[in-house]
Amino acid sequence: MSMFKVFDVAGSALSAQSVRLNVTASNMANANSVSSSEGETYRARQPVFAAMLDQATSTTQQQSVGVQIKGVVESQAPLQQQYSPDHPMANEDGYIFLPNVNMVEEMANMISASRSYQSNVEVINTAKQLMMRTLSMGQ
Amino acid sequence: MPSLDNALGIHELALRLRSQRMEVLSSNLANADTPNYKARDIDFQAQLQQAAGRSTDGTALQRTHSGHLPSSDSSGAQTMYRNPMQPAIDGNTVDSHVEKGKFMENALQYQATLQFIDGRIQTLRKAIRGD
Repeated sequence: MSMFKVFDVAGSALSAQSVRLNVTASNMANANSVSSSEGETYRARQPVFAAMLDQATSTTQQQSVGVQIKGVVESQAPLQQQYSPDHPMANEDGYIFLPNVNMVEEMANMISASRSYQSNVEVINTAKQLMMRTLSMGQ
Repeated sequence: MPSLDNALGIHELALRLRSQRMEVLSSNLANADTPNYKARDIDFQAQLQQAAGRSTDGTALQRTHSGHLPSSDSSGAQTMYRNPMQPAIDGNTVDSHVEKGKFMENALQYQATLQFIDGRIQTLRKAIRGD
């Protein structure tokens, strides 16, 4: 029965989107984590999505394709450098390093992830309703 | 005399195709944010005609050896790539609003098919009971 695969596919999307929400939350939480050197500073992270194509199916044409997370990459955008010699984390030149998190971008990312999550929940609900009706067929 | 095997007529095939189409559309929605993913769909009418022809004519090739390849994939319907109206810059061609609309349309048509089957079953039941 192929309709069970709908749950697998939509479930993989739910987990991918929740990882995306998690990463966004960590970016926003660390938006003000200053440090005294460039290497130690938090960098914005982004998950990389990819389609799950290489599954062990014998059919020539695969119909259901889930999502997987290929990895989480760190942004290579330049860090903000700020001159504040009074800061306890300032280095010997009086500079602190701020993360390269763009709050506006993160907010947009968060809304997009939550909308995608919602639409996949809707898919699961619809599939469940249809299956329940199929089960009660002819009664 | 028509046998009980095809008492449900074309609706049995239609139900199977509808559930396959649901699978394809849910994959599109799941991959709405995946770079380079191309949206796909099933041409329902063509696939239904093909499936109906296969089941009534019996013209499908017989496989007499385990090494023979099936002439046409009987289990899965053929999927085709959608023509994107607004492809994204990351190579993704899923328009999630279009896909959501198609998904809901397909769900309603699935329910309609279920109701047709229900009607057939009730007709049969009435004929068997004779009341």
